[in-house]
Amino acid sequence: MSHNQPEKTAQSGVKEFHPRVHEAINNPQIRANFRKAMDGLMDKRQAAFPSDDELQGLRDLVAAIRLRALSKLPELLEKLEENLTANGVKVHWAENGDQACQIILDICQQKNAKSVIKGKSMVSEEMELNHYLEKHGIEALESDLGEYIVQLAEETPSHIIMPAIHKNTDEISDLMHDKTGTKKSRDVEYLTAEARQQLRKRFEKADVGVSGVNFAVAETGTLCLVENEGNGRLTTTVPPVHIAVTGIEKVVENLEDVAPLLSLLTRSATGQHITTYFNMISSPRKEGELDGPEEVHLVLVDSGRSNIYQDDELLDTLRCIRCGACMNHCPVYTRIGGHAYGYTYPGPIGKILMPHLAGLDDAKDLPSASSLCGACGEVCPVRIPIPKLLVRLREESVAGDSDHNNSSVKGRGSKRSTSESLIWKGWAKMHKSGGLYRTGTGAATVFRFLMPNKIGAWTKCRTAPKLAPSTLHQQVKARGKNGGEK
Amino acid sequence: MSARDAILNRLYQRRDGAISAPESDFSIVQAKQWSDEDKIDLFQQKIESVHAEVHRVSKDNWLDKLKELAQAKGLNNMLVPQQAQVGVDVRADWSEDGLPELLSYDQPIEGWKAELFSNVDGAVTDVRSAVAETGSLVLWPDNDQPRLMTLVPPIHFAILDAGQLKNTFHEVIVSGGWVQQGMPTNALLISGPSKTADIEQTLAYGVHGPKELIVLIRQ
Repeated sequence: MSHNQPEKTAQSGVKEFHPRVHEAINNPQIRANFRKAMDGLMDKRQAAFPSDDELQGLRDLVAAIRLRALSKLPELLEKLEENLTANGVKVHWAENGDQACQIILDICQQKNAKSVIKGKSMVSEEMELNHYLEKHGIEALESDLGEYIVQLAEETPSHIIMPAIHKNTDEISDLMHDKTGTKKSRDVEYLTAEARQQLRKRFEKADVGVSGVNFAVAETGTLCLVENEGNGRLTTTVPPVHIAVTGIEKVVENLEDVAPLLSLLTRSATGQHITTYFNMISSPRKEGELDGPEEVHLVLVDSGRSNIYQDDELLDTLRCIRCGACMNHCPVYTRIGGHAYGYTYPGPIGKILMPHLAGLDDAKDLPSASSLCGACGEVCPVRIPIPKLLVRLREESVAGDSDHNNSSVKGRGSKRSTSESLIWKGWAKMHKSGGLYRTGTGAATVFRFLMPNKIGAWTKCRTAPKLAPSTLHQQVKARGKNGGEK
Repeated sequence: MSARDAILNRLYQRRDGAISAPESDFSIVQAKQWSDEDKIDLFQQKIESVHAEVHRVSKDNWLDKLKELAQAKGLNNMLVPQQAQVGVDVRADWSEDGLPELLSYDQPIEGWKAELFSNVDGAVTDVRSAVAETGSLVLWPDNDQPRLMTLVPPIHFAILDAGQLKNTFHEVIVSGGWVQQGMPTNALLISGPSKTADIEQTLAYGVHGPKELIVLIRQ
């Protein structure tokens, strides 16, 4: 992916991960906005699952549904294509975001489109579709209220479900006042009504609607969209052309599979028992129908997903249904917010997904930006073992030729340092030989005054550890000579 | 090689070989069943919790209730289906003074987009079924009751017969034979009026779709 470093958010700029984190931590507004929002979301999720038995049973079921879909992924993609094509939907395949952007641009240009209205789509964020279209003279307008706010601010989403969660009402009021001329107001109803009016006009005029997909059903050739606002329905119904864009992993086998998936998705995400709309699209407008697009396209994007698919352990990454519960419950995300990560997908899922999409050499700091507390894995509706995958990616990032030598993680070994690997080699050797171990620990004790006071990141907020004047072996030996107990 | 073939090749030639997946056991979903009376209560409780307005009516007096509500909401006009029975019933008995004018969605959207977006106050539709567990209306929009009818006007009146209530969305799909029947252009679940919480998690209604959803349950 290359045009304008699409994987990075506008916030990342040239700054590295750690300075961004420090900046976020030192911003009391960001801290307060995220703390309040995440606390609320955790409470809502908990209230949405009054029965733990039901929750655990549903997690087993949807994890099995997602795994079954992945176990037949290429077959299901072909079936999806076959059924969608039979329904009149055109299916396109893209190796990466650039190709997907090109496909969408081609469709727009064929239709002589000047304006595109967008429903929420993280894959389109991933490939920076808006910038791409704008570069080619086509205006792309976000219609989800949160995305609209973020676009007005010329920012990127800080959360995959609630894109503008980093801003409070005053900030949004000021922004809308500056950019659209609304009155300054803390009245959310007023601000929402103003946005409705502004966007309604745009829906009327839009030439093309672009949306994401939550589940693509192979059995019937059906694209499912989950939303509350109705902008997703407008986007997929009003313009004469609808283009849906999604990752290849979003396919499910059977129509009945979507029922438990939907139930767990909305409850995990925001604690809602269901969203206002569940929109299932299977074809363009048929003869005699009075609305709906004349053309529907689906763009299936790989962007590294088929590479994740190769590995039994990493495969679990692809079960994700993008609910965001992992970030809502992450102590790191809550403190630094979504922008500090510097990538499209923040939080725990971003930490296990972005290294594949952008490469471990680029996203090298993400797998270690975790305390491995395990909260993400505990709340994940599809039981992705996120902490285990973080450890795996940490190993991958320092791997040498002999470790995981089947692995094809992009940028593996990019954090490997010769001195560190030599130290660990020596460590391993020392612990395999009694003589070397005694000599080594003895020497360390004798030369303990040489131990530095500053050892990298460890001593930034801690004092350096000091070796004891004698080794444990020496002490035990001395006790033995003194006749045991005393 | 095309992108399609390259992607599919990589997936078919998976390095770690075939993936074994457990059977999916839907019993936890199928176990959710309520009595007819409880289904109505649960449906009402769930859909009211997301700001919909519910009225229980009889098969004889529902039209009076609709008139009363349409007047109380101060509508100038509303869309009513031409073929569906609810539409036929409304049209047959809508003569009193002060009732909103009845409109028909009888031409392709391209011909009257601006009109629909700016000058239509409400719409009445029937529903295909409904889900008790989540308080959801199930609709398959068609030529008579098109997709935008339940989306663009600010108020949506939905007429539901109590007997149409199912336990779960799963039951709607399976017992409704959706797969065997073939999916329509668009199938929809509607659970409440349009809403957003994108401004500091404060709920606001009517962001893009209807501001009010009013359900008449006919018993």
